[in-house]
Amino acid sequence: MALSREEIAHVALLSRLHFTEEELARFTEQMNDILLHFETLQEADTSAIAATTHVVPMVNVLRDDVPCPSLPPDTALANAPERVDDLFKVPRVVE
Amino acid sequence: MADYELIVGFEVHAELATATKIFCGCSTEPGAPANTHTCPVCLGLPGVLPVLNGAALEHAVRVALACHCGISSPSIFERKNYYYPDLPKNYQVSQKRAPFGVDGWFDLEVDGTVKRISIVDIHLEEDAGKLVHPEERSAAGYSLVDFNRAGVPLLEVVSGPDLRSVAEAEAYMTAMRRLLQYLGASDARMELGQIRFEANISVRPVGTETLGKRVEIKNLNSFRTVTRAIEYEMARQIDLYERGGAVAQETRLWDDARGETQAMRSKEESHDYRYFPEPDLVPMVFTDAYLADLAAKLPELPAARRTRFIEAFGLPEYDAAILTGEKTIADFVDAAVALGANPKTVSNWIMGEALRLLNEKGLAPDALPITPRALADLIALVDDGKINANQAKQVFAEMFDSGAAPEEIVKARGFAQISDVSALAAIVDAVVAANPDAAAKYTAGDDKPLGFLVGQVMKQSRGQANAPVVNALIRKKLRGE
Repeated sequence: MALSREEIAHVALLSRLHFTEEELARFTEQMNDILLHFETLQEADTSAIAATTHVVPMVNVLRDDVPCPSLPPDTALANAPERVDDLFKVPRVVE
Repeated sequence: MADYELIVGFEVHAELATATKIFCGCSTEPGAPANTHTCPVCLGLPGVLPVLNGAALEHAVRVALACHCGISSPSIFERKNYYYPDLPKNYQVSQKRAPFGVDGWFDLEVDGTVKRISIVDIHLEEDAGKLVHPEERSAAGYSLVDFNRAGVPLLEVVSGPDLRSVAEAEAYMTAMRRLLQYLGASDARMELGQIRFEANISVRPVGTETLGKRVEIKNLNSFRTVTRAIEYEMARQIDLYERGGAVAQETRLWDDARGETQAMRSKEESHDYRYFPEPDLVPMVFTDAYLADLAAKLPELPAARRTRFIEAFGLPEYDAAILTGEKTIADFVDAAVALGANPKTVSNWIMGEALRLLNEKGLAPDALPITPRALADLIALVDDGKINANQAKQVFAEMFDSGAAPEEIVKARGFAQISDVSALAAIVDAVVAANPDAAAKYTAGDDKPLGFLVGQVMKQSRGQANAPVVNALIRKKLRGE
């Protein structure tokens, strides 16, 4: 199975990445090399093994429902490119 | 035109009634100033580690158990990837392949018959922030983001396409909201956006079995909006089919001002969420003992409570249905009865004066400003003959406004009831003497003047006379009965 240039362009769009034609061509090739490697891995018989969703051998890590202090708004907004009062200002979105 | 059948399924989103957010210790209290309930975790800053709120988990599992779901063990969280300014991490932590609850059901009562609605899944996720769009509509316009709501635990209950009419859809919304409130899982206040509905709607000719293309409707902010949107969408789809067109499987937004649904500017990629397991949150594993314990501790649910109100309290079905319709009202009745008040008397006060005053003042039932203790005391004052029914109504209204205890109001207003027969007989004698015409008519067999005469006695006694005693005295004096 090989990915087309269009599929790579689609994935780039989903990830909000803008590539030049030259980059698209190069990444298409590299992605296909990676997929080829996975094809090798797929030769291993994993039918008796549950899908790995987590690599740390821990379960049920929980927190008590007790409020902690939040950040002061000025700290919370310190990285905002723009702000209006204590709100983050972003390009207009509608829908 | 062929007859069409409506098919509706719901995605119900409910903010869980926890004190803190799902993965951090920020408060969930609504109405706080913008961006004062935020921290590095819910702002999606790099390097933070989310930790699941145990109370949110328990609420989710309890709702799943109440809906007879199977519980996934392990359950895992996944990342749902999309870009929107109200989502600071560019992914929403949600559940997809192993949600807490799967394949359950919910018994819905519509017009006296029970219909079993399938529950496809119940999963836990985080709410997004709130976008504010300033008035100006220029191209250079901007939006503002408040992240106080980002990370509030949100439970999503997805039902199967089992509802067949607007009435069923309305009954489902009401019943699901009630269930969440009974479980204490969510306050589910619509006006605060604590419960939100998305409806999946399709139509098909009656008698056919395949489901038509379904349309998902978003932006439904009230029960009434949902009803209007379903009616509009049903007509739109039927019209399309009748004209030989096809319904596109799409998401549409309800425009309340225009009273219509509109296709979202659909981007092909918008539903390509690329879910993958959330590496920062470990799986949840449930033992049978834990689940059995939670199931055993589920509270009395609406249907059981209604039956108990009928059987244990001797209330009419009508009363029981209304009183158990709102959990806060049902709790009130239980508390007042536990304090010794007669259940039917409590019911009469709630169904009469309390609901009337709530309605008059535009208050929600959970805003009932009197306590069960106050109502029980008021009922006792009437039962003991200390005040009459008319005075009790005035005391109730004042309790409702001021929250004062009934005894204080009775004292402050100088209310008392005169039941003493000799005292009342003196007033009756005076009233009869002053109104010879009315008295003569009544004596002659005309019942009409009785009300007038009783009213005169009430007036003379400044409203304090025991009306039944006055009635008896007048009858005895004028007719010898």
